[in-house]
Amino acid sequence: MNRRRLKDRIAGYSMFILTISSLLLVVAMGIGLYLKAAPILEEHSLWDLLSASEWKPMKNQFGFFPFLMGTLWVSALALIIAIPISLLTAIYLTEYAHSMVRRFVYPFLDILAGLPSVIYGVWGMLLIVPWVANVAAPWVGRNTTGYTVMACGIVLGVTVIPLLVSLFIEIFSNVSHELREATFALGATRWQTTKHVVLRKTAPGIIAAIVLAASRVMGETIAVIMVCGNLAIVPGSLLDACYPIPALIANNYGEMLSMPLYESALMFAAFILFFVVLVFNLFSRLVLKKVKTD
Amino acid sequence: MTINPFHRNTETDKTSTFVVDRKFPHPDNLRLSTHALSVYIGGNPILKLVNVEIPKNKITCIIGPSGCGKTTLLRTFNRLVDTIEGVKLEGVVMLGDHDIVRAGATEITEIRRLIGLVPQRPCPLPMSIYENIAYGCRIHGISGRKKLDAIVEYYLRAVGLWDEVRDRLHTPASKLSGGQQQRLCLARSLAIEPSYLLADESTSALDPISSRTVEELFVKLKKDYSIVMVTHTLRQARRIADHVIFMYLGEVIEEGDADQVFNHPRHELTQQYLGGAFS
Repeated sequence: MNRRRLKDRIAGYSMFILTISSLLLVVAMGIGLYLKAAPILEEHSLWDLLSASEWKPMKNQFGFFPFLMGTLWVSALALIIAIPISLLTAIYLTEYAHSMVRRFVYPFLDILAGLPSVIYGVWGMLLIVPWVANVAAPWVGRNTTGYTVMACGIVLGVTVIPLLVSLFIEIFSNVSHELREATFALGATRWQTTKHVVLRKTAPGIIAAIVLAASRVMGETIAVIMVCGNLAIVPGSLLDACYPIPALIANNYGEMLSMPLYESALMFAAFILFFVVLVFNLFSRLVLKKVKTD
Repeated sequence: MTINPFHRNTETDKTSTFVVDRKFPHPDNLRLSTHALSVYIGGNPILKLVNVEIPKNKITCIIGPSGCGKTTLLRTFNRLVDTIEGVKLEGVVMLGDHDIVRAGATEITEIRRLIGLVPQRPCPLPMSIYENIAYGCRIHGISGRKKLDAIVEYYLRAVGLWDEVRDRLHTPASKLSGGQQQRLCLARSLAIEPSYLLADESTSALDPISSRTVEELFVKLKKDYSIVMVTHTLRQARRIADHVIFMYLGEVIEEGDADQVFNHPRHELTQQYLGGAFS
C-alpha cells in the first residue's frame, strides 16, 4: 500500500521537475543569449545596431538593418502567399469537401508538415530559383541569379502552408455544428455561412494562427540559406538578394571565434529572433486558448 | 401585441409607426406533405414510408420515444439532413410546387426560407442582435438601412423582445439570456417570411418561465404560420398541439387531431406510450 503510494508520488514529482526544467530551459536560453549579446550592447547603442546598414565585422561595424529588412521582406512575402492559399484550402476541407476527400487529404497534409525544411530548400533551388532567374526576372526586364527575396518568400510560403492549413482546420472545426445549421436553416449558402459566420466567429483564432505561422517563417533557417542569396544588403525589390537573421547566424557562427565582438553580434541577432518569436508565440497561444474556451 | 406579417399590421398594432412591406409574394396554398418518405443514414432506415400532411395554421406535434425519427423527419422538411454524411432520401416531400427531396442547391435555399427553424438550443449568430435578424434578410436580397431597421423592430416586437433590447441592438447577441436568445432565433426565422416553422424541442434547453414564454409565442404565431414541433414533453404537446403525429421506430403509428390522439388513441402503441409504458 505505502510502496504503491510512494511510487506514485515519486513518479509525480519527477515528471513535475522534468516539466519545469523544460520551461526553465527557455528562460535560461533567453538569459544566456542576452549575456552573450551584452558586450556588443556595451559598445554600440541598441538603436545604432538596429538602424545601421553597414555590416563589416572586421571594421567593427555591425549594422543589423539589412538582416532585419531581409527577414521582414521574406516573411511578409511568405505570409502573403501562404495565407490566402491556406485559408481557402482549410475552408474547402472543412466546409465543402466530402469526408472521403478529408480522409485522403489530412494525412497528406501531415506528411507535408513533417517534411524537413532542407527538402523544401532543395526544391526551391531546383525549381523556384531557376524560375525566378529565367522567367520572373526577365519578364520585368531584370537580370538576377534567382537567389532573391522572391524565391525565398515562395519557398517559405510553401513551407508554412501545411502548418497554417492544419491550424485553420482545427479552428474552423471548433465552430459548432449548430451554428452552421442555424444559418443553413435561414437559407444561407455555404459561402455565405463561411463568410459571415464561420470567419467572423473564428477571426481571433485566424489572427493567432497567422502570428504563429509568422514566427515559424521568421525562424526558418535551412531553406532560407539555400535560396536567399546571402548578401548583406537592404533589399529594394523582390528581385534583390537578401539575408534574413537566421541565415546570418547559421552561416557565420563557425568562423567568428577569434573576434569576441563578432560572436556577441551574432548572439545579439539570435536574441532579437528569440525575443520576437517568443512574443509572437505567447501572443498567439493566448488568443488561440481564448478562442477555444469561448 | 399580435403578429401578422402576412397582412399588414394596420389594425392590430396601432402603437407602432413603422411599416414592413412583404418582400416575398404571399405563398397562398403551400401544402407540406410527404408521400412514402424513407430516409437512410449509412444504409440504415431511419424513416420508413412516412406519409404525413401538415395542416395549415395549426401546431403539429411530433411525439415518440428517442430515436424514433422525429428529428430526422423534421430536418427532412428543410433538408438539413443533408449535413449528415451518407444520408439517402426516397419518396416525395412536397411544399407547394417544390419537390423537397429532389430540390437542387438553389431551390433548397428557397425552401429553407419558406420553412423556418427554431433550433433545440438557442444559437445566436456571432453578431449583434440587430445583425442576427438582418442577416437572413440580406441573404435573401433585402437591403437598405431603413427597411432593415423596420424589419428588425417589427420582428423583435413580434417575439416580445423589442422593449428588452431596444437600447442595445448593436451589442452581441450572445450577451442575451437563454430565453431571450431563443426568442431572437424565432424572430430571426420569422424575418425571412416563412410559411412553416419547425421547432426541434425548442424549449427543452430553457428555464420553465422562458420555456412558457416561447410556448405561448408559438400558440400566438399559429394564426399566421403552420408550426411543426418535435417535443419530448408529452405535457407540452397536450397543452399546445392541435394535430399530433406519433412515431415509433421510423414509422408513423398514428396521426390525427390532438384531442383524438391524446384521448382516444386508436393504436395500442400510442396508448402504451401515452400511458408511460416507454419513453
